[in-house]
Amino acid sequence: MSRAAHPGKRPLDILAALKSAVLAALVAFGLFSLLIGLRTDQGPTGALVLTERFGELGAFVAVAFVGVFLRELLLRDKRIDIVRFVPPVVTAAARRIIPFVGPALLVFALVVPVMFFHNRYLLDLSIQILTYVMLGWGLNIVVGLAGLLDLGYVAFYAVGAYSYALLAQNFGLGFWICLPLAGILAAFWGVLLGFPVLRLRGDYLAIVTLAFGEIIRLVLTNWQSFTGGPNGISGIARPSFFGLPFTDGEGGFAATFGLEFTPTHRVVFLYYLILALALVTNIVTVRLRRLPIGRAWEALREDEIACRTLGINTTNTKLTAFAIGAMFGGFAGSFFATRQGFISPESFVFGESALVLAIVVLGGMGSQIGVAVAAAVMLGGFEFFREFQQYRMLVFGFAMVGIMIWRPRGLVATRMPSVFLKERKIVAAEFVAEGRG
Amino acid sequence: MSAQVATTTVATAVPLLAVRGVKTYYGNIIALRGVDLEVHDGEIVTLIGANGAGKSTLMMTIFGNPRAREGQILYEGRDITHMPTHEIVRLRIAQSPEGRRIFGRMTVLENLQLGATIADPARFEEDLARVLRLFPRLKERIDQRGGTLSGGEQQMLAIARALVSRPRLLLLDEPSLGLAPLLVKQIFAAIRELNEREKLTVFLVEQNAFHALKLAHRGYVMVNGEITLSGTGRELLKRPEIRAAYLEGGRR
Ligand SMILES: Nc1ncnc2c1ncn2[C@@H]1O[C@H](COP(=O)(O)OP(=O)(O)O)[C@@H](O)[C@H]1O
Ligand SMILES: [Mg+2]
Repeated sequence: MSRAAHPGKRPLDILAALKSAVLAALVAFGLFSLLIGLRTDQGPTGALVLTERFGELGAFVAVAFVGVFLRELLLRDKRIDIVRFVPPVVTAAARRIIPFVGPALLVFALVVPVMFFHNRYLLDLSIQILTYVMLGWGLNIVVGLAGLLDLGYVAFYAVGAYSYALLAQNFGLGFWICLPLAGILAAFWGVLLGFPVLRLRGDYLAIVTLAFGEIIRLVLTNWQSFTGGPNGISGIARPSFFGLPFTDGEGGFAATFGLEFTPTHRVVFLYYLILALALVTNIVTVRLRRLPIGRAWEALREDEIACRTLGINTTNTKLTAFAIGAMFGGFAGSFFATRQGFISPESFVFGESALVLAIVVLGGMGSQIGVAVAAAVMLGGFEFFREFQQYRMLVFGFAMVGIMIWRPRGLVATRMPSVFLKERKIVAAEFVAEGRG
Repeated sequence: MSAQVATTTVATAVPLLAVRGVKTYYGNIIALRGVDLEVHDGEIVTLIGANGAGKSTLMMTIFGNPRAREGQILYEGRDITHMPTHEIVRLRIAQSPEGRRIFGRMTVLENLQLGATIADPARFEEDLARVLRLFPRLKERIDQRGGTLSGGEQQMLAIARALVSRPRLLLLDEPSLGLAPLLVKQIFAAIRELNEREKLTVFLVEQNAFHALKLAHRGYVMVNGEITLSGTGRELLKRPEIRAAYLEGGRR
């Protein structure tokens, strides 16, 4: 408050600092009095027992008070700017490295199964990360490129998974036939969602897509006879190596290639499968960005009215974004089903949509590498902090807040133009004013 | 001389653009109360009027967004009142809308590519070279993001973006808004050049009445959603009511 009044030099203003500190302490008290101050436990009889923890509550409030008091007194107007802590040499080096990050990551991804062949846990984690990389890249088309905030992306993941499971079970179709079918079905649902939300933007669109995700999940849960309801579908056909099953004995993958049988063969195959699917998603996205439709998506995110005055059919543009994004979600869903061998509606809750969206936003909307890095950091982080158990979400929350403060445009905030007249050059986010015309 | 040829054919030919009794509403509020005007092939026609008169609404109504609730919009005699916006653009009508609306995060080149949405992709290089010749400043800034251009450069980009698709009719909404006098001169000179050299028909909405009327062959004055005066640019410049309302003190 007084900050605005005295922008210049100012004597130590203890009174103002005290005022801010008291305010912070009050807020902390209000926030924590129920969260920290009272605790319910299950008593010996099974009833809830209320315990008061005024000591802890006092500590939290005191920390808030002292912290804000010191900050006001010592730092005042100075904002903590993390960029300043990084020496320019490092930034310059980082600039030079940027073009090699993608290829390096790709090479690393290719050799992971060779390096960690005997580390089953790590292979499984890598497969999971790649699944989310693929989902992130798929959603990136809708959210990052076309700027349509979709909170129900998990619906397409579910459609893909159930399409594969049901087609494989009822018609005995193989993975390679089901995969495109599941993608087409998901794309169809993407268009179906697209139609009613054509006129919506921003928060309204978010709410409708959120509802769509929930509707799909509820239908899957309640349509017992078709989807198996809450019990889900089990015994889904596992993938084969172009007809060779990953089984022990005659006719199996190992026997045919003269290898010793190990279940890891299947895991490695799954790894390369999802890597290939994710790379296809990436390649298609990068290609589309250079085509008129991709340009139209990005333009749509910036200014819908301008798009129309240039002759872009915004209806078709939006629908294709939904459809193509959904299709990749469907592919990922198929993969999920064949990997797990079992699916149920519980795998397709809102939390999944939120996680994928968080990956896209943290990665820097529209940035392919950013999304990949964000997926690895998020899922890797989840695993890494697994030991902290109850504090895991707390750490996660702090990390999110930190990133949003210091890198509000995501980890990779640079948008690479899709065409150049002469040579490529990167324009960093710092030089780009908020997209105003 | 081409301008003279154009004006002599005006009376007989079917107008390139005709607005007939158009009424446009925002909800229940009427913004255009029955507008009639014509733009003939090869002309520069300007529409002047105070803030909130309905000039931009008319521009957007021609593009079908918002739609006219009554009346007709004819392009080469063909009724386009109910055509979707993106199809109207395909008839080779281009617009540089109010507030420029360039794509700020995209580069100048990408903006121009988007302008060529309806054009033949095989001729893009040629079209690009043509607009860059008209606005050499944009060539220097070709890989720069639209949002980082100066106001004048953004306006040039908005006009260039509308021009890459080789329109027959160009609609410009207040291209001089917020620009320094020298830049306004440059932009108006570019418009005149386009009209004389490429026979481009221009419909120009302006608040800068003095420059607009000097440039235009004919002009219309809009007050409160209605056309109150029309005539050649020179005639309108001489009218005392125009001098009083739009020129005195504001002559820049
Ligand atoms: N989107 C809108 N919704 C409601 N009213 C609008 C809208 N756009 C413009 N108007 C109103 O329509 C009238 C004409 O506006 P406009 O065409 O922008 O005027 P001008 O371009 O001549 O300054 C104004 O009274 C304005 O308030
Ligand atoms: Mg206006």
